[in-house]
Amino acid sequence: MSQRTVAVASRVGLHARPAMIFTQAVEASGVPVTIARPGGEPVDAGSILFVMSLGVPSGEEVTLAADGPEADRVLDELVTLLATDLDAPEGS
Amino acid sequence: MTTGVAVVLHGVGVGRRAAVGPVARVQPVPAVPGDAPLVVDGEVVTGEAAQEVVARAFADVSAALAGQSQRATGTVKDVLAATAQMADDRALRSQVLARVGAGEPVVAAIDGVVETFATMFTQAGGYLAERVTDLRSVRDRVVAAAMGLPAPGVPELTEPSVVVATDLAPADTAALDLDRVLAIVTELGGPTGHTAIIAGQLGLPCLVRVHGVTDLADGTRVAVDAAGGLVTVDPDDALVADLDRRAAAERALESDTKAGATADGHAVQLLANIGTAADAVRVAATAAEGVGLFRTEVLFLESTTEPTVAEQAAAYADALAALPGRKVVVRTLDAGADKPLAFATQPDEENPALGVRGYRLVRTNADLVEHQLEALAQAQRSTGQAPWVMAPMIATADEARDFARRARAHGIERVGVMVEVPSAALRAAEILAEVDFVSLGTNDLAQYTMATDRLRGELADLLDPWQPAVLDLVAATARAGAELGKPVGVCGESAADPVLALVLVGLGVTSLSMSSGALPAVRFAVRRHTLERCRELAAAALAAASAQAARDVVVDGLDPEVRAALGV
Repeated sequence: MSQRTVAVASRVGLHARPAMIFTQAVEASGVPVTIARPGGEPVDAGSILFVMSLGVPSGEEVTLAADGPEADRVLDELVTLLATDLDAPEGS
Repeated sequence: MTTGVAVVLHGVGVGRRAAVGPVARVQPVPAVPGDAPLVVDGEVVTGEAAQEVVARAFADVSAALAGQSQRATGTVKDVLAATAQMADDRALRSQVLARVGAGEPVVAAIDGVVETFATMFTQAGGYLAERVTDLRSVRDRVVAAAMGLPAPGVPELTEPSVVVATDLAPADTAALDLDRVLAIVTELGGPTGHTAIIAGQLGLPCLVRVHGVTDLADGTRVAVDAAGGLVTVDPDDALVADLDRRAAAERALESDTKAGATADGHAVQLLANIGTAADAVRVAATAAEGVGLFRTEVLFLESTTEPTVAEQAAAYADALAALPGRKVVVRTLDAGADKPLAFATQPDEENPALGVRGYRLVRTNADLVEHQLEALAQAQRSTGQAPWVMAPMIATADEARDFARRARAHGIERVGVMVEVPSAALRAAEILAEVDFVSLGTNDLAQYTMATDRLRGELADLLDPWQPAVLDLVAATARAGAELGKPVGVCGESAADPVLALVLVGLGVTSLSMSSGALPAVRFAVRRHTLERCRELAAAALAAASAQAARDVVVDGLDPEVRAALGV
């Protein structure tokens, strides 16, 4: 089991557009990934409904976890994504 | 005339415009019991076969929404894209499929899983609580697709259409592609409900309470005549030509762009009601002398959490900058009752119209008011344009004083309050002593004077702004304004009725604010009567025994040319 902890950089938190981009990236990776708030239950990081229902505000940390040979690579990519402001308008 | 008797449906018209086009129906939510059997080709299916149907329903709904989103523009595009992704959610789908596989009936399985998420969203509150509407819309669409029913909700408009619905929720109007809406017709609803107000702002012909209209098939050609309160099915050429002529006459009225005044030159400011900065840009292109009501709650409803001071200041500055040198009256947040906001309204009020709404929010959430006043003050500084700022739902002089103190502390130069509660009209002199101006909200004033819910369409006769008791309160407020030399405006829909507008002028109202589509007819009517004549008409209306009698006596006293031109 590999784990990463990262603070959500998007200004609106992990909602709306950022949640959409993040879950699409998880699905595209093909690797089962979970996401949890500190001390919370891990949920499917590929589900927009679960991710939104965590209600993670901007600046708060989340923990991602995955298994398997691809886990480290996928988690590193997802950490980079969450550390970016995904709410910034496209192309800027 | 062609053969046969035309089918004509009657309703309550909003505004005066007309349109002809095909019907596009907003489909109701499928009424399917949770244990309804899933029938495919005449056979009840369960287990794996049912799973296949449900999986296909999720995929079809998601694809249809994504497709609609790509073809749509603006906010509709985003709403649809977010809903499409919810329909495509793998947790939602796999949980429903697991329950169906375990033998649970399809609808019950979908409902059960959606409820789990809806509960999580509601508990999270704020932005998420408002997304529950999108979640339920996914539920309705998937249930309909699985059970072989028409897709519920607002249809995708492929051509300019007359949108027909039982009633339209604010969420439905958000999903409407307004560029393709010719008119809105509802079976229920009231003339001062929010569908009617939105239609008025967009200048769309609108009829409410049209019995039987939802029985019309999609694509049926109808003529919608708001002034006449009629929907004609398969209109003949003569009617279409007649409506065209009326539209031309309305355009002719629009050619008068001079400032509003009576025949003898007594100035009456004619202003527009708006909800967004984009509306302000539209108003700038018209002859309106400014904005008499900027409903700021629209900004709050769109952003779904309290907008920051900077965001608010930018929106207010945009509206002010769009109208340089023109008056802009901003109403502070009027949440509550029929305009709930997840982050501001009190949950579980027994009687929200009489509860913590309008300026009363200051009692539970003073920060909201302070943030908004700060944002308005910033917009005033950045644009060099001083907005007129007023608070809604003021009942006492103490409340007016409290608001004025807060607003002036932020540097707001012109402070006023709404007169919508009978107590405020009766004590208008004491209230005007605290502020620089007042504005009468006649829709709410009628609701509170007549003890009649604005949203109960079947009580529309009691809500009539021609009710003599309502006119008495307008008269009392205008008198107090005249004595103190302070402006008294009207920003309810009654200002948009060119006949009633004359009475308001006669009572001493100094400005009239309405949906911008109504301005030309009101400007025309006011221009053709002297102030003295308006006073006589007002006195006759106040002396009448009923709303109908008041209107009749004023219509009788109109300049005959005006009566003919307005078709009253």
